[in-house]
Amino acid sequence: MTTAPTPVPTPAATEKLSGGHGVSGTATPAPGSHAKRRAPRGGSWLATLPLFVFFAIAFGLPAVAIAIGAFTVSNDAETGAGTFTTANLSDSVSGAYWTALVSSVKLSAITALIGTLVGLPIAQAVVTSRFRMLREAVLTASGVLANFGGLPLAFAFVATLGNAGELTKLFHLTDHGWTLYSFTGLTVAYLYFLIPLMVLTITPALDGLRVQWREAAQNNRATSLQYWRHVALPILLPSLLGGFVLLFGSAFAAYATAAAMVGATVPLISRQIADALSGNVLVGQGNLALALSLDMIIVAVLVMAVYLPLQRRSARWLS
Amino acid sequence: MAQLTSRSPLARFQPGRALVLLVAALYFLVPMGASIWFSISDNNGIGFQAYTGLLGAEGFTDSLWLTLKLALATVLVLLLLLVPAMIAARLGSPRLRTALEILCTLPLVVPPVALTAGMIGVLRWGPDYLMDTPFFQTFVFIQQPEFPIVLVLAYVLMALPLAYRALDAGLRSVDVRTLVEAARNCGASWPRSVFTVILPNLRGALLNAGFLTLALVLGEFTAASILGYQPFPVWIYAVGNSQGQMSVAVSVLSLLITWVLLLLLAAAGRERRHKPAHS
Repeated sequence: MTTAPTPVPTPAATEKLSGGHGVSGTATPAPGSHAKRRAPRGGSWLATLPLFVFFAIAFGLPAVAIAIGAFTVSNDAETGAGTFTTANLSDSVSGAYWTALVSSVKLSAITALIGTLVGLPIAQAVVTSRFRMLREAVLTASGVLANFGGLPLAFAFVATLGNAGELTKLFHLTDHGWTLYSFTGLTVAYLYFLIPLMVLTITPALDGLRVQWREAAQNNRATSLQYWRHVALPILLPSLLGGFVLLFGSAFAAYATAAAMVGATVPLISRQIADALSGNVLVGQGNLALALSLDMIIVAVLVMAVYLPLQRRSARWLS
Repeated sequence: MAQLTSRSPLARFQPGRALVLLVAALYFLVPMGASIWFSISDNNGIGFQAYTGLLGAEGFTDSLWLTLKLALATVLVLLLLLVPAMIAARLGSPRLRTALEILCTLPLVVPPVALTAGMIGVLRWGPDYLMDTPFFQTFVFIQQPEFPIVLVLAYVLMALPLAYRALDAGLRSVDVRTLVEAARNCGASWPRSVFTVILPNLRGALLNAGFLTLALVLGEFTAASILGYQPFPVWIYAVGNSQGQMSVAVSVLSLLITWVLLLLLAAAGRERRHKPAHS
C-alpha cells in the first residue's frame, strides 16, 4: 500500500467489514506440490486460443479496414483508387464534419459532467438507504437503462417531451420555446441513461467507503461536510473522474437515441458516419466514413487512456 | 451479518436523502408514466390498440424471432469463447490474464458506429477483390438476411467488455486454483473438475453475463440498422414512423420486461448466496 496523499486513516488498520472473499489469495498450497498439478503449460494458451482467433478476425480485420481505408482513395473515385492519401482525414476534420465532431464532444462533455454531479448524490442516497429492495430495484433499473437504453428511451422521450408529448401538451411547453429536437432536448434524454451509468459505476466505490472512516472522523469532531471534504471525496476522486470519463465515452459513442430522436437537427459525428456509410456523400468519398471512424476511435482511445489508470488507482484503495 | 451493523448508524431518516430520492424518482418515473399514458390514450379516452394490435402487426413476429435467434447465438458464442479463456487465465500465467484483460477492454475504444464502419469496409473487400475466391462465398454466407452472422460477430465484440466484467467479478469470489487442485487431488479429470466444481460456483456470474448480453442484443440498434437488417429494435424504429403509439408501447414494454427479468435474476442470486450461510 502506498502512502496516502490525504489525511485518511490507513485501511490496513481497519479490518474489512463485509465477510466473504477475504480467503482468496491467502490459500496458497505448499510450494512445489502445486507446480505439477497445474494445467499443462500449453493448456491455458490452448483454451484462450479460440477467443484470440475470434478477436483477430472479428475485431482485427475491421480495424485494419479502417486503418487502410482512412488513408486510401476510395474505389468509387475517378482516379487513383487505392493509392495513399490524407485527403480523407483532412476532409473528416473540416466543414460540416468538424462541426459534428465538436458538437459531439461538447454534448458528451456537458452530459457527462451533469451526469457525474447528479449521479453521485443519487448513488449515495441509494447505498445508505435502509431498504434493500430499493437498492436492488435501482441498481437493476440502472443496468437496464445504461446498457439497453438507446432506442426505447428515445421513443419514451418523444412521447413525453416531443412536440405531441404528454408533458408538452400538459404544460404548453412549446409556447415557452421548448423543443426536444435540440441540443438541450438531447442533453435531457442522454442524462436518462448517463445518470444510471454513473450510479452503477460509483456504487462499488461508495460501498468501499468504510464506516470506520466516518466514525473516526466523527470521533475527531469532524462535521459531515468536513468528512466529505477531507476523507470521502479524496478517496472517491479517482472513481468520480473515471466515471466522468466513462460517461463521456458512452455519450460520445451513442447513436440510437440521437438517430431516433432528433434526426439531423443536431449534427453528431456518429450520425455523420452512418450517413456517409449509407452513401450520403459526394462521389469518391466512400472512405470518408472510415476516416470519420478513425477520428472517433482516436477520441475514444484518449478517453480510455485517462480512464484505465484512474480505475486502477481507485481499485487500489477500495478493494 | 456484518452488513447490518455497518448500515445501522447511517440508516436513520435523513431529509436530504429522501429529497434526492424523490427528485430522482420523479425524473426517472415521469417519462415512463407519460409514455404509458401516451400509448394508451386516444381521442375518445383510453384504448389498448397499441398493445393488442402488436401481435398482428406486420413484421413484429419476424423481427422478434430474428432478434431472439441472434441473442441466443451471441450468448452461446460469447460464453463458449470467454469462459474457458478466463478460467485458463486464472490457472495460467499472470501474463495471460493481462493479455485477456486488454483484449476484453479494447472493444470499448471502438464505438459501435465505428466498428460497423470497419465491418462494412471488410465486407466490401468481397465484391472488390475476392470475387473469384472461396472467401467470397464466406462473405455471402455471413451476410445472409435470414441469419446475419456478421451481426453476431459485432454483438459478441460489443458484449465482450460487459461479460468480462461480470465473469471477472464472479471469478474473484472463487478461488479457482484451490478448487481445481482439490478436485484433481480427489481424482477428478480436467473436464470433470471444470464442469462439476468451477462452473456451478460461477452460476450467478454466468447468468449475469448471459443476461447482460441478452439485454444488449435485444436493444442494439446501431449495427443492425446501418448494415440493413431488421431485428426487433430496427422494427420499432420503422414502426415509429407510421404508428407512434405502438413504438412507444413496445419501447416501454421491452424496458419493463428486461428490468423485471434482471430483478428476478438478482433475487435468485441473493437466495443462493444466503442459503449456505443458514445451513
